[in-house]
Amino acid sequence: MMRGLVLAFLTFCATLPARAEEVVLGLSKDEVAITASFNGSDILIFGAVLREEPIPSGSPLEVVITVSGPSTPVTVRRKERRFGIWINTDAVEVDRAPSYYAVASSGPLREVLSNIEDLRYRITVPRAIRSVGAPMTILDSAAFTRALIRIRGNMGLYQVLEENVVVDQQTLFRTSIQLPSAVTEGGYITRIFLTRDGKVVSQYQTTIEVRKVGLERWLFALSRNQPLLYGLMSIAIAIAAGWGASAGFALLRR
Amino acid sequence: MQIYLPIAEVSVNAFLLLGLGGLVGMLSGMFGVGGGFLMTPLLFFIGIPPAVAVATGANQIVASSFSGVLAHFRRRTVDLRMGTVLLIGGLIGAAAGVAVFNYLRSIGQVDLMVRLCYVVFLGIIGTLMFVESLAALRRSSSGAKPKRKKHGLVHKMPFKMRFRVSGLYISVIPPLLVGLSVGVLAAIMGVGGGFIMVPAMIYILGMPTKVVIGTSLFQIIFVAAFTTMLHATTNYTVDVVLAVLLLVGGVVGAQIGTNIGLRMKAEQLRVLLALLVMIVCGKLALELLLQPSELYSVAPPVMQ
Repeated sequence: MMRGLVLAFLTFCATLPARAEEVVLGLSKDEVAITASFNGSDILIFGAVLREEPIPSGSPLEVVITVSGPSTPVTVRRKERRFGIWINTDAVEVDRAPSYYAVASSGPLREVLSNIEDLRYRITVPRAIRSVGAPMTILDSAAFTRALIRIRGNMGLYQVLEENVVVDQQTLFRTSIQLPSAVTEGGYITRIFLTRDGKVVSQYQTTIEVRKVGLERWLFALSRNQPLLYGLMSIAIAIAAGWGASAGFALLRR
Repeated sequence: MQIYLPIAEVSVNAFLLLGLGGLVGMLSGMFGVGGGFLMTPLLFFIGIPPAVAVATGANQIVASSFSGVLAHFRRRTVDLRMGTVLLIGGLIGAAAGVAVFNYLRSIGQVDLMVRLCYVVFLGIIGTLMFVESLAALRRSSSGAKPKRKKHGLVHKMPFKMRFRVSGLYISVIPPLLVGLSVGVLAAIMGVGGGFIMVPAMIYILGMPTKVVIGTSLFQIIFVAAFTTMLHATTNYTVDVVLAVLLLVGGVVGAQIGTNIGLRMKAEQLRVLLALLVMIVCGKLALELLLQPSELYSVAPPVMQ
């Protein structure tokens, strides 16, 4: 068993292309706690490029960093004027859209990343959203995806931070990514891509855990796992507050 | 001070919520209404998701009506028998209302329906109250006495019942129907329905005004509690942190409002309330009629 594992590992290593440049990564925090006073969070992502050979000559090294929250399906609806009022009419189901997505790069994305590599690794925001098909009746489904990017962009949930990664001596890099207050729980996949001439030469992946903690976690879990108990608790609090207010002010008036 | 609401999943200013609760509480103390019809739209405006605003609104109403009904029990102005009949209708209505709410959510029309309900009902009630209170103001200045009308219809229906506290001997069908329709509205709009229940009890059922508010509050507690339970168990949208913040502001504001209300004339109060109702209605109506700046909206798909 053990021997088999070792053997499998060795073959796996052998099949890997010899990496000339590798990422060593540091995070200011690899866990974000959503507490009652949570109001967004800044994460500093920094690292170094490890190489055993001298820096290759030619075009300089560029760095692209993405942070992606848990993906869920979403429904995008469009309003239209019917009978004089604005109501939701057309709807498009987007199969998977990250709840949060930030992409930071050391230069303009169009220059540091070729289209083919973007398509392969799903790096830019439109590529990170997976939309398979819209109903036949909707001809402009792309408008719905654009609207999704626009709305979440305005909420600070989708961020494009071009030229925001600082690269020193083609070796050290750092950037800061902001999580807004309206984030959801889950593992936030953080990817680092090293590119030269628009081609990805190396990549590295890690996860930042975003979790509700303390009272927030307890209440959320209770509301999902024991909705009956949670409902009764809410009502009990309301009754107690109502009674307390009535009794308290009756005392004051006396 | 920002506070993260665990169910709404947004971060809002705690003092804003306390102030909001206080403001609505003050108005409800001044005018003797639950204030749900103001609270829910205000929560929309500050960015609480509509589903959470409606469900949490129901929870908050439990507190304010419980606080109010205690005062009425002390003065013996609660018709328990009438309250129970209204309640039976109300519970059936609330269950139907939550089912309608969930259906609308699945087809993406819940915002529209809630807003439409608000515009229609606030519009009707506000206008009627405005006209009525202006007339009352004019009467009180000219010194003429108001006339009382007798309604015949509620006395002709079957299943008659005696309501001693209200001094009525009428069929149970009209109170059941009144309870039912208020229950539906309570579930869809996140309101107690006092602003519909009170006029209905006075003008349709012919109940004496002094027992109307206590009885209405009595049944609203149960309908709102039931609605809270249904929303908590089917939609998981009751945010207890939000509710507590609103409550604390609300109970303090209610006491201040009561004191202000005591120094004003009843007719003046009613004109002000009518104006307030019509302003909220107008704001919501404009949002429906004018082209919104963002035509698209994003929502999680409803689990079937």
